[in-house]
Amino acid sequence: MAAEDGIVTAEKSMMAAEKTFEAAETGKVDPMKQFTIEPVFGSDWQLADGINIAFTNSALWMAITAALVTAFVAGGMKRQLVPGRWQMAVETMTGFIDDLLEANIGKAGRKYVPYIFTLFMFILFGNLLGLVPVGLIPSVHAFTFTSHFTVTGVLAIMSFSIVLIVGFAKHGLHFFSLFVPKDTPFLMAVFIAPIELVSFMVRPFSLALRLFVAMMAGHVLLKVLASFVIAGGSGGIGTGVLVGVPSFVLMVAISALEILVAGIQAYVFALLTSLYINDAENLH
Amino acid sequence: MPQIAQIADTLSGQVFWLLVFFGLTFALVGLGMVPKIMGTVDLRDQQIAGDLAAAQAARDAADSEEAAWRTRENANRSAAQGVIADAKAKAAAASAAKLAEAQSRLDAQLAEAEAGINAARTSALAEIEGVAADAARDIVARVAGTEVELAAAQAAVKEVMAHG
Repeated sequence: MAAEDGIVTAEKSMMAAEKTFEAAETGKVDPMKQFTIEPVFGSDWQLADGINIAFTNSALWMAITAALVTAFVAGGMKRQLVPGRWQMAVETMTGFIDDLLEANIGKAGRKYVPYIFTLFMFILFGNLLGLVPVGLIPSVHAFTFTSHFTVTGVLAIMSFSIVLIVGFAKHGLHFFSLFVPKDTPFLMAVFIAPIELVSFMVRPFSLALRLFVAMMAGHVLLKVLASFVIAGGSGGIGTGVLVGVPSFVLMVAISALEILVAGIQAYVFALLTSLYINDAENLH
Repeated sequence: MPQIAQIADTLSGQVFWLLVFFGLTFALVGLGMVPKIMGTVDLRDQQIAGDLAAAQAARDAADSEEAAWRTRENANRSAAQGVIADAKAKAAAASAAKLAEAQSRLDAQLAEAEAGINAARTSALAEIEGVAADAARDIVARVAGTEVELAAAQAAVKEVMAHG
C-alpha cells in the first residue's frame, strides 16, 4: 500500500512538474514555481521505509547557507587584540546578539548566545541568499528555504522546545503560573488562564508563519512584477514603456525592501525567541 | 502553492536536511566559534578597562606629585620671603641708626654755631654801645663844649638803646 501511495504521489508531482514546464513553454511566468522542491541527487535515499530524504535544491541552499555562515564566522577567528575589518564584522554580529539577549533576559541570557546567534545567522543568510540574482546564470535557480513552512516550522519548534525545556527544568510545575499574570484576582484568573494558554500555544505557529509568509510574499511579488516586465516588453513598445519600465523600477525598489525584510525577519525571529526564553528564564 | 502541494513528499527531507545543516552550523559556529569570539571581545574589554585604570592611577599619582611639589615650592618661597624681609629690616635699622648719629652731630654743630653767633652779637652790641658813648661824648664836647663822664655817657646810651 505504502509503495503504491508513493507511486501515486510521484505521478502527481510529475504531472505538476509537467504543468509548470508547459507554463514556462507558453512564456508565462509562474510566480509559485520558485518554491518547487526538486531533488538534486539521491532521490531514492530513505532514512527508513517510506521516509524519503532526497538531497533537494532546498537542502542544497541550506548547505550553502551553512557553509557561508561558517566561512563568515571563521574569517573572524583571528582573535586579534586590534580587530581587522572581518573580525570587527563578526564581533559586531556576536555583540549584537549578546546585547539582544542581555537586554531581554539579563545575565542569564549569555548561555543562549550560541543558539540565537546560529538561528539569526542561518535565517539571515538563508533570506539573503534567496535574493541573490544567481538566476542570471543559465539553469541555476535561487531557492529561499525560509519560504517553506516546513523549514520555519522546524526552527520555531526548536525555539519553542527550548522554552518548554528551560521553563520546566527551571521552575517545574510552577512554570504553569506563566498563564496567570501577576496579582490577578482568582475570579479573573479563571478566564485569563485559558486565553494565556492559547496565546502561549500559538507562539510557534506565529513564529513559523511570520517568517514563511514574509519571505514567500516578497518573492511572489518580485516574480509577478518580473512577469509584468516580460509581458509588457513582449507586448510592444507602448506597453513596454507604460507597463514594463514602471514595473522594473518598482522591482528594483522592492528588491531593496526585500533585503531590509530579510534582515528584519531574521531579527524578529531571534528577538521573539529571546523574549519567549525570557518567560522561561525569569518567570514573571 | 508547492509548499502545500509537495508537503507529503518533501516534509521528511526538509526536516532531515534542516536538522543536519542547522545542527552542523550550531555545533561548528555556535558552540565552536562564537564562545571564542566572545572570549576575545571580553579579553579586549578587560584589557581596555585595565589600561584605563592604569592611566587613571598614573594621572592620580601625577596629581599628588604635583600637589606635593606645590606645597614644597610654597614653603621655599615663603622662606625666601622671610629672608628678604629680615635683610630689609636690618638694613632699615642700620640706616636709621646712621641717620640719627648724623642728625645728632649736625644738631651739635648747629648749637655750637648758634652760640658763636650769639657771642658775636653781644660783643658787637657792646662795641656799638662803646662807640655810641664815645660819639655822644664827642658830640656833647663839640656842641656844648663840656666834658661828659664816660660812665654817664654810657648810661645815657644804654637808656636810649633800651627804649629803642
